[in-house]
Amino acid sequence: MTYKNQDLIDQRLQDLNYDDVDRRGFLKCMAWAGTGLLWTLSGGIPSSRAFAKSHGHEAGKGGDFSFVQISDSHIGFNKPANPDVTATLQTAINKINAMPHKPDFIIHTGDLSQLSKPSEFDTLDQALKGAAAKQIYFVPGEHDMLSDNGEEYLQRYGKGTKGSGWYSFDHKGVHFVGLVNVANLKAGGMGSLGREQLEWLEGDLQGRSASTPIVLFAHIPLWTIYPDWGWGTDDSEQALSYVKRFGSVTVLNGHIHQIMQKIEGKVSFHTAMSTAFPQPAPGTAPSAGPMKVPTDELQRVLGITDVNYLVSGSSLAIVDSPLGDSGSSASGSRGGLAVVDSLFE
Amino acid sequence: MTTKKIWIVGLATTVMIALMLLAETPSVAANDQPSGASADVKIDNFSFGPQTLAVSVGTTVVWTNRDDIPHTVVSTDGVFKSKVRDTDEKFSYTFTKAGTYPYFCSVHPKMTGKIAVQ
Repeated sequence: MTYKNQDLIDQRLQDLNYDDVDRRGFLKCMAWAGTGLLWTLSGGIPSSRAFAKSHGHEAGKGGDFSFVQISDSHIGFNKPANPDVTATLQTAINKINAMPHKPDFIIHTGDLSQLSKPSEFDTLDQALKGAAAKQIYFVPGEHDMLSDNGEEYLQRYGKGTKGSGWYSFDHKGVHFVGLVNVANLKAGGMGSLGREQLEWLEGDLQGRSASTPIVLFAHIPLWTIYPDWGWGTDDSEQALSYVKRFGSVTVLNGHIHQIMQKIEGKVSFHTAMSTAFPQPAPGTAPSAGPMKVPTDELQRVLGITDVNYLVSGSSLAIVDSPLGDSGSSASGSRGGLAVVDSLFE
Repeated sequence: MTTKKIWIVGLATTVMIALMLLAETPSVAANDQPSGASADVKIDNFSFGPQTLAVSVGTTVVWTNRDDIPHTVVSTDGVFKSKVRDTDEKFSYTFTKAGTYPYFCSVHPKMTGKIAVQ
């Protein structure tokens, strides 16, 4: 199974190598398809690696700092395939705490809750209190703004933010921007940033040196993955036009509960797995609803998968190597396959 | 407490309950149109079915969310707006005027539907 997937990936690599976009430097990214990503910024080039390989090789070596992205915890969801999403969030936190190199902070890319209920946010807060990294940055998902235009969310997580909860901050020379693309959605559309936020973003980036590494994070992908399921943001092109002049841009999203990655010039896009339940690859199911798997397979679906991107000169190599113990390859590889299928077809 | 007082309290309570019941009753067209007719829209797999529903004036349309994911039913023109509806929860609205009423799910705006009232 793994080898078969590897063949597919290798095949896609051939196509990728025709892309004559100037690859800058070296980027290595290994995404763990279970509960989160560890990002290491080294010389402005972010790379990620799996928690379970935290004793691992060169990834992160010489990194100035690291942070963790988790996403789509959906606290309050209690249906198949995961009746206990609090437990799987806890697993993610345990993994983060077990890392030998402590991340400076955690970014949660939204859908903290299932129904925006205060009790759900309470449960999430309680679980996150156990994280060794005390600084946690949030952006809302559509599930966090269900009942009250996001009032409950903003009161808890939006202090010092603008509009529906957007903000930026600097950390050790890197500029981070948290964007909200789940508010005031229009009939028939996808995610939306809106004019007010776009104007703010333009101003926020103005005057910054082009050598400043930029990290944009938002819930719904800022690139169009699958319009039929609303997996994209209507006005993301405008936002991305503001970061074109920067030498290193990383876009981190959630929402689709699976890993997808794309590199376009100096911009690399990544989506994270959910800590709660998987969703189907684009177009492989009647809808984007939770993917139901037998209980004994849940751990494997949320299991560990590496997706490695190696960019060196003009060649981009993608290596899919399941992290888990033997037996985890079948479902573990699913995430990797999803990446390849959606990206290059 | 005298018997008379008890009677008055009892009457007052009865009136209050009656008023509350009246307030809870869904509004219907204040004309001679047949009332009480109802029609269903099912929410399945992130879509409204049927996507376009034709009803006569006075019909109450009942939406039922049969997905594992919460949805809303929101009139594009601001005529009606449901609270978030989780699995198996319903929303109903009685259409008292002819016209076309487009609506969508404000959580998943790709989900759109239409009620044509004749």
